[in-house]
Amino acid sequence: MSNEQNMKLATLSYRAVFSLVLKRDLTIAMRHKDDIINPLLFFVIVITLFPLGIGPEAQTLSRIAPGIIWVAALLATLLSLDRLFKSDHDDGSLEQMLLSPQPVFILVLAKIVAHWLITGLPLILIAPLLAVLLHLNEQSYGALMLTLLLGTPVLSLLGAIGVALTVGIKKGGVLLSLLVLPLYIPVLIFATSAIDTAALGLPYSGQLAIIAALFFGSLTLAPFAVAAALKVSTS
Amino acid sequence: MWKWLHPYANPEVSYHFTGKILPWLSAIAAILLLIGIVWALAFAPPDYQQGDSFRIFYVHVPAASLSMGIYLGMAIAAFTSLVWQFKLADATAAAMAPVGAVFTAIALITGAAWGKPMWGTWWIWDARLTSELILLFLYLGVIALHNAFEDKNLAGKAAGILTLVGSINLPIIKYSVEWWNTLHQGATLSKLGKPSMSLEMLWPFILCFLGFALLAGVVICIRFRSEILNRNSIRPWVRTLVLAQTPLPTNKSTENN
Repeated sequence: MSNEQNMKLATLSYRAVFSLVLKRDLTIAMRHKDDIINPLLFFVIVITLFPLGIGPEAQTLSRIAPGIIWVAALLATLLSLDRLFKSDHDDGSLEQMLLSPQPVFILVLAKIVAHWLITGLPLILIAPLLAVLLHLNEQSYGALMLTLLLGTPVLSLLGAIGVALTVGIKKGGVLLSLLVLPLYIPVLIFATSAIDTAALGLPYSGQLAIIAALFFGSLTLAPFAVAAALKVSTS
Repeated sequence: MWKWLHPYANPEVSYHFTGKILPWLSAIAAILLLIGIVWALAFAPPDYQQGDSFRIFYVHVPAASLSMGIYLGMAIAAFTSLVWQFKLADATAAAMAPVGAVFTAIALITGAAWGKPMWGTWWIWDARLTSELILLFLYLGVIALHNAFEDKNLAGKAAGILTLVGSINLPIIKYSVEWWNTLHQGATLSKLGKPSMSLEMLWPFILCFLGFALLAGVVICIRFRSEILNRNSIRPWVRTLVLAQTPLPTNKSTENN
């Protein structure tokens, strides 16, 4: 590589770096479509299991629908987290990214955004269909969509910390769930409570505000923790 | 103060220092616990409402507050180690995690044992109980992450990051659990309504509390010392120390062969 190109790479604007990494991750995901489809299938199948286990009464199902959808979303996100850094770590491109002159913060944020676009967004799109299967209260659909829209990015952001910590470990999968699931509890509580409140026809903006606060808090803080954790994992 | 503190950054110095204070600490802890427990279990007056079953609080309350205090200590140690690259702080955090987890478990089990006769059930999804259970999960996560790494220096750093993330999350979790609890069930028996303790009950409580705190300190010290030895096992001072304590190492190794 010539000196000029080196200079060019070093002076890339943050926005350019961000979109480069984002595009790269999305392209990779588009070439391995099963990575997108499998967590989604898992989400659908887990939700199908609950009526089979609990019974088909519409009233019971609509009472527990918010919890089921959200717990299934947590688990599906957890399953998909592994590929956030794993393949990059295995082929060494993660180390190259850490060595680059750009701040790790930006690279990590781009990768997390890509992860959310690949796993969080399809989950949100399919959620209303599953809510129909679970007889979710009609007034709750808006709350369900809004909490998923604000909440699933938090899942990706917090999960990225766990993946970054365990990416160097051979059997990190179970460990990852042990580390990450307790951190997901606040999102679960406020999201399901917002949906329940909406079912009663009451305003749920308070819960939404708290989830939004969690979102912005983790958006600003989590990339730093991920960057620090990646440095530990790759050393 | 930094000059005074500086020598203890050397593992050898702090190993010998903790070795010196350990007997004193354990003696004081043993005396306090002995007096406190006997006083609390045998001589303190029974509660006018709960009878004798309130006595479990002499173990439960110290364990519960220590479970949170130790997590705070761990977070401070993790912060120190990450910011100032202070290796011994890692060893301290590693020494604290299992002790904190055990105290959390003790608090949960004694709480359940008290709940059975008082509330008629081993477990209710009360805010405090739930957040204590989640605290236990956080401890177990830190310990599991620590064990997953071969290299103890890396393990300390990774566990430190997780501890700090957990310490930011812990207030949020606690608050959300409390909120969830008040929303999902009305005010139950959970409001203990602490009556101001009479002095005959308070004194043994203070003794027990200090005794358990010192006991935690003693166990952390012992674990801290073995962490130091583990991490510095290739250093000459550790070798001479170990060789001095096991007289015939050459014989043993030949026998094994």
